[in-house]
Amino acid sequence: MLFFSYFKDLVGREVTVELKNDLAIRGTLHSVDQYLNIKLENTRVVDQDKYPHMLSVRNCFIRGSVVRYVQLPPEGVDVELLHDATRREARGG
Amino acid sequence: MSTGTGLETLVDRFFYFPGFGMFVTAEHVEQIETISIITNDGRNIVGVLKGFDQATNIILDESHERVYSTKEGVQQLVLGLYIIRGDNISIVGELDEELDASLDLSKLRAHPLKPVIH
Repeated sequence: MLFFSYFKDLVGREVTVELKNDLAIRGTLHSVDQYLNIKLENTRVVDQDKYPHMLSVRNCFIRGSVVRYVQLPPEGVDVELLHDATRREARGG
Repeated sequence: MSTGTGLETLVDRFFYFPGFGMFVTAEHVEQIETISIITNDGRNIVGVLKGFDQATNIILDESHERVYSTKEGVQQLVLGLYIIRGDNISIVGELDEELDASLDLSKLRAHPLKPVIH
């Protein structure tokens, strides 16, 4: 639940999603759901010459189960806030 | 009834069909949504979205597979009506028809996408 809320706060920011097939897609985070499925807008594949498979796709839905990493904007990370939240979660509330 | 994130923006164009447990296109709706799916084994399937459900299972109509290779341009294999199990789906992309029309697929060369390794 913590990461679901965390990603919801990142909506509207520019992120890079790296998939388990090595494809990396950059775009504006449009939404995220309970499975951490991600929807990106204004997408572009990071290495378009190597991966031209999505040249005509501008908006996409990425299944949470195939995400390896999400690269965040530095200003999207509030370490103190995350510390608090993880401690609260560990305490069970 | 809640649905997966990316697809829910399309829900107003779809009806939840209880007997089928899926969202399906309404007959009277003119707008068609062409989507491009990347599967876990690296295939690229393009077709018209006819239905989907919570598990990202997807029904595609008039679908074709785009086969990428480094030796020749993109080959298109006709598949027709297809159901793709959600487990096997990596990406569902909205195909921009204008952009797609401007692409010369016969000149596009690339390695096929790698399969997803969990």
